[in-house]
Amino acid sequence: MKESKTKKRVPNLWDASAFVLVMGLVVFLALGSSQMSIPYTPGESIPLSLNPVYLPFYALRTVVRMVSALIFSLLFTFTYATLAAKSSRAEAIMVPLLDILQSVPVLGFLSITVTGFIALFPGNLLGVEMAAIFAIFTSQAWNMAFSFYQSLKIVPKELKEASELFGLSPWKKFWKLEVPYATPNLIWNTMMSVSGGWFFVVASEAITVGKTSVTLPGIGSYVAKALQDKNLSAIGFALLAMLIVILLYNQLLFRPLVTWAEKFKVELSEGENPPSSWVFTLFQRAYYLRRCIQKMSDLSSSLIERAPALPRITLNSWTTTARFRKLQGIIWYALLALSMTSGLWMLISFVIGGVDYSEIINVFMLGLFTLTRVVVLLLLACLIWVPLGILIGLHPRWATTVQPLAQFLAAFPANLLFPVAVFLMVRHHLSPEIWCAPLMILGTQWYILFNVIAGASAIPNDLLEAAKNLGLSGWRLWKYLLLPAIIPSLLTGLVTASGGTWNASIVAEVVSWGSTKLIATGLGSYIAQWSAKGDYPHIVLGIAVMSLYVVLFNRLFWRRLYSISQTRYRLD
Amino acid sequence: MLMENNLLVLKNICKSFKKTGGEEHLVLDKVSLTIREGEIVALLGRSGSGKSTLLRIISGLAQPVSGEVLYNGVAVKGPVKGVAMVFQTFALFPWFTVLENVELGLEAMGIPKTERGRRALAAIDLIGLDGFESAYPKELSGGMRQRVGFARALVVEPTLLLMDEAFSALDVLTAETLRTDLIELWLERRIPTKGILLVSHNIEEAVLLADRIVILGTNPGTILSEIHIPLAHPRDREAPTFRKLVDEVYELMTKRPRNTTSKSEAVPLSYRLPDAPINQLAGLMEALASDLYNGKADLPELADQMGFGVEELFPLLEALEILSLARTEEGDVELTRFGKNFVDADILQRKVIFAELVNRHVALVAHIRHVIDERPGNRAPEERFLRELEDYFSEEEAERVLLVAIEWGRYAEIFAYKEGAGILSLENPGKIDNG
Repeated sequence: MKESKTKKRVPNLWDASAFVLVMGLVVFLALGSSQMSIPYTPGESIPLSLNPVYLPFYALRTVVRMVSALIFSLLFTFTYATLAAKSSRAEAIMVPLLDILQSVPVLGFLSITVTGFIALFPGNLLGVEMAAIFAIFTSQAWNMAFSFYQSLKIVPKELKEASELFGLSPWKKFWKLEVPYATPNLIWNTMMSVSGGWFFVVASEAITVGKTSVTLPGIGSYVAKALQDKNLSAIGFALLAMLIVILLYNQLLFRPLVTWAEKFKVELSEGENPPSSWVFTLFQRAYYLRRCIQKMSDLSSSLIERAPALPRITLNSWTTTARFRKLQGIIWYALLALSMTSGLWMLISFVIGGVDYSEIINVFMLGLFTLTRVVVLLLLACLIWVPLGILIGLHPRWATTVQPLAQFLAAFPANLLFPVAVFLMVRHHLSPEIWCAPLMILGTQWYILFNVIAGASAIPNDLLEAAKNLGLSGWRLWKYLLLPAIIPSLLTGLVTASGGTWNASIVAEVVSWGSTKLIATGLGSYIAQWSAKGDYPHIVLGIAVMSLYVVLFNRLFWRRLYSISQTRYRLD
Repeated sequence: MLMENNLLVLKNICKSFKKTGGEEHLVLDKVSLTIREGEIVALLGRSGSGKSTLLRIISGLAQPVSGEVLYNGVAVKGPVKGVAMVFQTFALFPWFTVLENVELGLEAMGIPKTERGRRALAAIDLIGLDGFESAYPKELSGGMRQRVGFARALVVEPTLLLMDEAFSALDVLTAETLRTDLIELWLERRIPTKGILLVSHNIEEAVLLADRIVILGTNPGTILSEIHIPLAHPRDREAPTFRKLVDEVYELMTKRPRNTTSKSEAVPLSYRLPDAPINQLAGLMEALASDLYNGKADLPELADQMGFGVEELFPLLEALEILSLARTEEGDVELTRFGKNFVDADILQRKVIFAELVNRHVALVAHIRHVIDERPGNRAPEERFLRELEDYFSEEEAERVLLVAIEWGRYAEIFAYKEGAGILSLENPGKIDNG
């Protein structure tokens, strides 16, 4: 960048629009967060109006929660994943832990954490806000940390060697090599996590734990109130507000980020269709703004440089001996084993203290009900979306319009649509045992669709032409080419959808409309009902069993299928 | 000789890697080498000779198990100031511009920003990248990228420049231009570099650039011989003296190991089967049998003709030798009776000939067949053989060797293999039920 010939330049039109955009965002966020820490005592109800005039404000509060959770998730990602990637001892426990945490149903957490956070900030609404933020955090952080950890582990060897050879300190190496390398994947994962996060932000705004019911102003609580008041038009407005919020979030934050992250991709040739974003273009063209960003990045890079080079600690000779290191290892693993057994003992004694053995068997049975629903739903979703996805994917024109729509639908919190379904179920006297099930997959089916579309549009043209040349058509074409070719991406979609469906069961197996409550038998409704009563041993039992189901389902089923698909059906 | 004149001294370097069983696997055995000021030294060797490992030990990226590396008389314990490396894969940071990439080493040295920019621009000018300062590596061609690699290494004004197959990822013309440019900078003393060590598998490149060529033998890596190249720069590839030296190096590299196997004997399980795909073996034999060579060829000529470097050519020659399809002697390769028969045969007959030779000369293939025959159901998991091979090799090497044996055995239809399941069997893999 040759900036030596800086002459006085008048801010251009791009600068003006970029300025407005930035300042608008700042004011917005300030406005939204100013209401977060007001005096509050549990049980006190925060006035909530169904007047749509207030909706923008409620939407803003929801967004602020989302942004805060995202910041915490990033902090967690950078620390946890880095530690796990750098220390083999920490790695031995931290990575399996992350894997399990990914499988724990987030919504089950909420009832447990909310009391803790309220106690942490007595007499202030911040406690409840933190509980909601924590719920969103738990839906994002594990996934993001995992992606970052995996990227750190596969940084190309020659780049590592080059940075070592040129004497970059570990601190510089982290910022100049490892973070940039991990960026594209991290951004993609963050985008997916945020998509999932809307669901939880909506669910966490109206919490009832035992006798305490807490409502945080936001789109989620607005819908909850509309539900109580049986106000259909209010629900319509809420849906519209959510739609706009997600669109803005996508346009203002993620499209520019994805476009920007292109430069961190290691593949040494440019992709055919690099992503584009009008916001990104705007910022690139705005001269003064770019200078500002340049100054800021200079400042941050000089911070990176100035960071005191940590003195290389040279330990006494005996601390580096093999014997000492072995001893260290033994102590570390002994400590781990100790904390593991005590943790297990605490869990068992806590649960046993509140429930009896027959209850445990009962919960496992309930798990089977939910498992059946999950499996049947995923199969049905495949039957519908696989053929459609392939058809769309084979037509580039259709794909470019449908793909963003599917991604958008995946981000849209499906729980906002539940009221409509409940309304219909009540009206037509439909059995909740069956008709609650589709709600579980309402939000997660789109992962299947957009992955299949991506898979189908990536089928090499040569293969399609070869198939035509061989005279393959109709069912044979599907059986021999199209279906096998999309299997890896279908599985990626299914794994995500499966996790989301389990989670959704907690809110989908119990739904209500006014004072009517519809309950489907299953583990999700079990957790939801005991959460409402505030009975911790039962909640913990429910969460533990559901986590167990998810982990086993992942290990025994998805992971195997996935590795087969990667070896047999990968196209490259 | 005065000590100051020795830029780099290696004394009895040994390096080994841990095998799965915890045993050590030796890759470098007592390597001693000296690089004097004003010298370009080339390290030549087949794959598995540990030449890249040696380069990493010299640069301080890896530590030897025993032995000593002295750089300017001081023991090397980690990356040293004054030693820079150019990588085969360029190793450029894709998110930095050309200028930022070049500045990287200076930045780590703590040089202030303005000074950094000045020096980096000078290095960019020097290497002929002027005008590309603000480009990202993805926008550049391979040759331009490697120029960035050179600029990045030269900007720190290294005393010793290491090159790890720096030209092998480039096309022939680009590589040649870059070599010429480098030699010019070196001869005209426009870079402060006092010594260059290049690792290569291209014999002509070594003869073209180096003052001295060191040849590494395989398994474990040891120095086999050294040869001085007394030619003045610029060197003419077509000059008879040049050709003679190339021939000489080929001869040195194809010298039979002392304990050479006799014709009828099979290579044992502990033998590192070379990476030689069937199609390439067949292609090489067909070329040898063509009118151009009539069954016998001069190696440099053949390599040139087929566009092969040592890395690609030597494993093939070794395989032909093991299978007694061809003989390599004194820089020439000649098809045997079996080799000629193979070339003349049709597709199915070729398989029969190959099957017989593999069974006779490669103990591993015969052993696999034997085990499958013995086992109930005539099936055996590949792990079984991997465990066996790991007595001799590292885990990675065992996998590679087994893959070669499997490819040969499959082609010869001695056994069948199911990749996903990792099962070796006697099933006929060719038959598929067709409705």
